[in-house]
Amino acid sequence: MHLAYFPGCSAKGSSLDYELSTQAVLNALGITVWEIDDWNCCGSTPAHAVSTELSSALCARNLDLAAKAGADQLLTPCPSCLSNFRATAKRLEDPDFREKVNALLDTPCAETLPPTSSVLQAIGELVDCETLAKKATISLKGLKLVAYYGCLMSRPPELMHFEDPENPMLIERMLEALGAEMLDFPLKTACCGAAFGIPKRPLTAQNSGRILELAANLGADAIVTCCPLCQMNLDLRQAQAEKAMGRHFGLPVPYFTQILGLALGIAPQDLGLAKLVVPMDALLPKLAPKTSAPNA
Amino acid sequence: MPCRQLIHHMEAAFPPRPSQRAIHAEYSMNETIRLSKSSSPGVAASPSFSQEVASTSKQPIHTCYQCGNCSAGCPAAFAYDLQVNQIMRAVQLNQKDLVYRAKSLWLCLGCATCSLRCPNNIDVACVMETLRHMARAEKKATVPVVEKFWLSFLNMIRTFGRSYEIGTMVLFMLRSLRLTTDVDLAPQALVKRKLGLLPHTHQGREAVGRIFTRFHELQCKAREGR
Ligand code: SF4
Ligand code: SF4
Repeated sequence: MHLAYFPGCSAKGSSLDYELSTQAVLNALGITVWEIDDWNCCGSTPAHAVSTELSSALCARNLDLAAKAGADQLLTPCPSCLSNFRATAKRLEDPDFREKVNALLDTPCAETLPPTSSVLQAIGELVDCETLAKKATISLKGLKLVAYYGCLMSRPPELMHFEDPENPMLIERMLEALGAEMLDFPLKTACCGAAFGIPKRPLTAQNSGRILELAANLGADAIVTCCPLCQMNLDLRQAQAEKAMGRHFGLPVPYFTQILGLALGIAPQDLGLAKLVVPMDALLPKLAPKTSAPNA
Repeated sequence: MPCRQLIHHMEAAFPPRPSQRAIHAEYSMNETIRLSKSSSPGVAASPSFSQEVASTSKQPIHTCYQCGNCSAGCPAAFAYDLQVNQIMRAVQLNQKDLVYRAKSLWLCLGCATCSLRCPNNIDVACVMETLRHMARAEKKATVPVVEKFWLSFLNMIRTFGRSYEIGTMVLFMLRSLRLTTDVDLAPQALVKRKLGLLPHTHQGREAVGRIFTRFHELQCKAREGR
């Protein structure tokens, strides 16, 4: 199966650690992906806020590149890129809309486009939890974690087809199989405040603050994420959220790929752990090689 | 009325900020927008507005029965001057000016919680986005700083084909004259190398530039035609 890969802009900048750990984990699981040549930004929120056609043209160029490379599927680690791709593919089914988008492109977009998926969902489908547990060399026992999915991984459900849209459990199932204690987390699909950290900081600080506060109150050691923007709001902007909530959190916010990677025995530097603004170092001593006893 | 009292207490506990007061003075939190208000001065009804929103967004606006679920789960509600269910009602009642005056349109996070929870399956987030498009087309963006941020971001994509975080920030600071935006994050972002100092270039940038050029040409033509 030819799996094309779209890293997304943040993979080359603010979420380099997501990219590193994604590649390391895919590699360890024997999943081969090909980065599409010459990809461009999906337009993110600003493009669709300005124009649906513009947003879809930016996405269509990438989908077209993947189709022409013969991809069976296009994977991206970023839920926001994925949501834009899926919305575009859906809108292109309407011939009038397709015509408007083609008018913006150098060459018309391919008629048949490969299905798109998140790296998270793809791993979940390609590797079941048992296999994952068998491949793991390090036990996550002793780690108390919450999984935080954010908005776009599961919404809108008609497009995303990801678990129960109000209560996804995929990260929980994976990390539980690896020994972690996964706490029930009612805000797992709440909004972190998106890209408003720059133009309207209180919107982001309040919403991220609420998520951090609940995780801290539940006694979580870390919040496990799957979205570069959520991760940035909860980690890099944690001090701003602390100010808004009037308390200190000091909660590490790793990507699910970083935690998976640790369990698979990948070295912290190959997972970009040093890039976390709130360090995870205090948790690493809890991790020990799996003992050979079953259930360990 | 106990319900009124509760609203009163809530409003006393969470007073609207000055920017929110203008609309709050007319519509308190949770108040349904009543038909009679359409005759209040300065709030003229625009007859085809509701239809236009429904056909552009392809959403059954008329099925909204004001249950308030959308507002109950909205993460931006605390910052809204007009709650999202009130916006839905105002659209039904063709209150175009009221809708365009609402800052809420520009503070919407696009999280789609409203769409997920609407019992009538209205994609409320899509309605909000449609309203933003329509308001922008009439040059009525009431929170310019948000629009400036989007345009700064798109400018970078137009130039480099991919997003360039530092470039977006600098352009945004210049356009919004908020020169200290996020400077508190700079030390950590730089130490952890969270921001690429230079844009990464690729051949596709020119193709992306052409997408933007065609888009702007078409927009100009549409504006002339109007
Ligand atoms: S949830 Fe749906 S029906 Fe209820 S107020 Fe909002 S838009 Fe109307
Ligand atoms: S999409 Fe906008 S209006 Fe709907 S719940 Fe999210 S922030 Fe509120």
